[in-house]
Amino acid sequence: MSLEEPTPDSDAELDVVGETEDGLDYDALADLLGDKVRTREEHLNAEGFVIRPDDVQDVLFALRDEAGFDHLSSVTAQEYDDRYESIYHLKKFDDPTQQLSVVVPTSKDNPVSESAEPVYRTADWHEREAYDLVGIEYEGHPDMRRILLPETWQGHPLALDYDQTEPQIVTLAEHRNPLQEDHRAGDDSDTMFINIGPHHPATHGVLHVETVLDGEQIADIEPDIGYLHRCEEQMCQQGTYRHQIMPYPDRWDYVSAGMLNEWSYARAAETLADIEVPEYAQVIRTMAAELSRMAAHFLAMGTFALDVYGDFTAIFQYTFRDREIVQNILEDLSGQRLMFNYFRLGGVAWDLPEPREEFFEKTRDFLNDMPGKLDELHDLVTSNEIFQLRCVDTGVLPPEEAKSYGATGPVARGSGIDYDLRRDDPYGYYDELDWDVVTEDGCDNFARVLVRLREVEQSARIVEQCVDLLEDWPEDDREIQANVPRTLKPDHDTEVYEAVEAAKGELGIYIRSDGTDKPARFKIRSPCFSNLQTLPVMSEGEYIPDMIASLGSLDIVLGEVDR
Amino acid sequence: MSSEQSQTANPDVQSTQEARMGEGVDSRFNSKLREAFGSSPFILTKFDKFMNWVRGSSMFMLQFGIACCSIEMIHTYAIKHDLDRFGAGVPRASPRQADVIIVPGTIVSKFAPRMKRVYDQMPEPKFVVSMGSCTVSGGPFQEGYNVIKGAEEVIPVDIHVPGCPPRPEALIYGVAKLQERIANGESAPVTVKPYELEQFGDLERDELVEKLADQIDEEDLVMRYNWADSP
Repeated sequence: MSLEEPTPDSDAELDVVGETEDGLDYDALADLLGDKVRTREEHLNAEGFVIRPDDVQDVLFALRDEAGFDHLSSVTAQEYDDRYESIYHLKKFDDPTQQLSVVVPTSKDNPVSESAEPVYRTADWHEREAYDLVGIEYEGHPDMRRILLPETWQGHPLALDYDQTEPQIVTLAEHRNPLQEDHRAGDDSDTMFINIGPHHPATHGVLHVETVLDGEQIADIEPDIGYLHRCEEQMCQQGTYRHQIMPYPDRWDYVSAGMLNEWSYARAAETLADIEVPEYAQVIRTMAAELSRMAAHFLAMGTFALDVYGDFTAIFQYTFRDREIVQNILEDLSGQRLMFNYFRLGGVAWDLPEPREEFFEKTRDFLNDMPGKLDELHDLVTSNEIFQLRCVDTGVLPPEEAKSYGATGPVARGSGIDYDLRRDDPYGYYDELDWDVVTEDGCDNFARVLVRLREVEQSARIVEQCVDLLEDWPEDDREIQANVPRTLKPDHDTEVYEAVEAAKGELGIYIRSDGTDKPARFKIRSPCFSNLQTLPVMSEGEYIPDMIASLGSLDIVLGEVDR
Repeated sequence: MSSEQSQTANPDVQSTQEARMGEGVDSRFNSKLREAFGSSPFILTKFDKFMNWVRGSSMFMLQFGIACCSIEMIHTYAIKHDLDRFGAGVPRASPRQADVIIVPGTIVSKFAPRMKRVYDQMPEPKFVVSMGSCTVSGGPFQEGYNVIKGAEEVIPVDIHVPGCPPRPEALIYGVAKLQERIANGESAPVTVKPYELEQFGDLERDELVEKLADQIDEEDLVMRYNWADSP
């Protein structure tokens, strides 16, 4: 693990197959895999290698170990008229612009593909989701069952022949009294089964954590998700590109991170339809997104204090006081407190509110108060001895594990992984501004909290520079939107996978177009989904209160985990 | 001892004991309102009316978060909006201690049985405020394969607060309206036939039940969704 800036042309990395100074050499990668690559597809920002369903592990092992693809960003499953397809979106933590898609088609009558779980641990949940929603089965997967929908669900909702009007039966079996005999793990064991959630103050929403306790320590833990699976992908597949999809991203990660989420869809769709965003709009976007990030991190801080101290009265209220100010600024900008719906394809909905001076003054006031408020929070929280006792060296997530589970965002950066898409895969106006990527080497709950607090500082820096830029922007050059056709119809069978750095980490969108004005497949790679997977690594063998702290420091939002 | 001495020395200062032992009603219980009623005031009212007024003036809310609306609900409880000012801001973590459940978010098939169970665990009399468009009709997710089209399909609702999400002010207005209704002894009629939790063995034997018969125990509680003729 290196904390230095990634240097693709250093000596150590020359051994990596396919890496050249101007990006990826796909021919060299294809040579590495030999005749395992059956054909090659052109996706918009990565090439796709089509392989046989029983070669998955061989190919992925080779790509991981010899070509340096250590990040399985996402797994997309979809059904075509004549086949099923799983796409493994590979990236590198050192340089996420180097992307490769591994496409695995399987036949209609026997949709079985080899599991990638032995190569990347994160494939575990991603493949379960693919099975659940689309119906592809993965051979060699350790635990092939539904993940988002109830176990007794009939059919696979994103498959082509699914009938939404069929009745369904859902059980309440998991909620039997945990003290009942059938929940103990046999006569010779003194372990005990405990349900935490789905309605519990510490689960940050509707998460159900099944734990097996040995004394007070956690012997086994499994998050059970899907209590907020509200069909976001289906909703986006039913909406038109231009206007009907944009309101939904706000509702994936709903803790005020709306602007960041909107950007993920905007970025993917703009790449897909080849739209150039005016510079002025990019500055506004960058400012709005960073304000959103601050609001999201404040909430993370407040709820974490609530988890660790049970403190509803002080720290929680301090962070909410600051959130109110951010929300006011964003309301002035977008017209809404929480669900902004402010971005448009090719720009933003409208210019800054008039009078502009008032808006700048309000924002500046907030930024000027920021250092004092952060000191206050550091005094209250991070320098508190009780807090440190609870958080230092608990919930340890080693960097190798974090990478294998596809953890991103503050969770990865708290484990010392220097990975931030704002810098590594630049978009918006970030590469023109002066700011730093925050990392901490602690790998524990404390490090993750510290990363968030320090990121708020950096966000404030970015917003300040954006405000300066906007203030001096010439009046006749304030173009907020590119010229975008009223009805967008990207070419048939164009595929794109793009990601942005949302509040919780890498938020990726895969879109496949079919020539109409609606996407044929819209897949959301949610950072929380991958981050939550690391909970067992952090918590097994630890005490229950430490598990609660770990869950808080992961900062999950169930709307985004379940989508 | 020294204080006693100083008190006897100064006749203007009363000891605490003397103040409490004085004549008439302890002045702490005095108020402008009481004075207005005269020297020995009494009010004639109906017991029910009095109880309803008390009920509406002190409500314990269930700490219950589902989705986006719960963020605005937290803001309603927190600084600035402070729902506690209206006698309705003490969130209780256990349904057994709560009077009001605010349903703040989209209800999906997997969660509805759990929500029903939480509602059942609340002691009577209990009230429901449904917050946000999802709990009115399914909101923006109405067409989803997994989404229950409104909270009323699972539990009876007294007050609907529309919005996506409603502003904290709107939620406060909804809660104030609920308090008003409670004080007037009104409750909302149940107009839809909600999905019930029932034992699997009691379901009508049709194709789906036959198919699941070897997976689900006869005595397990289940909720059956008929999406085609949603209530």
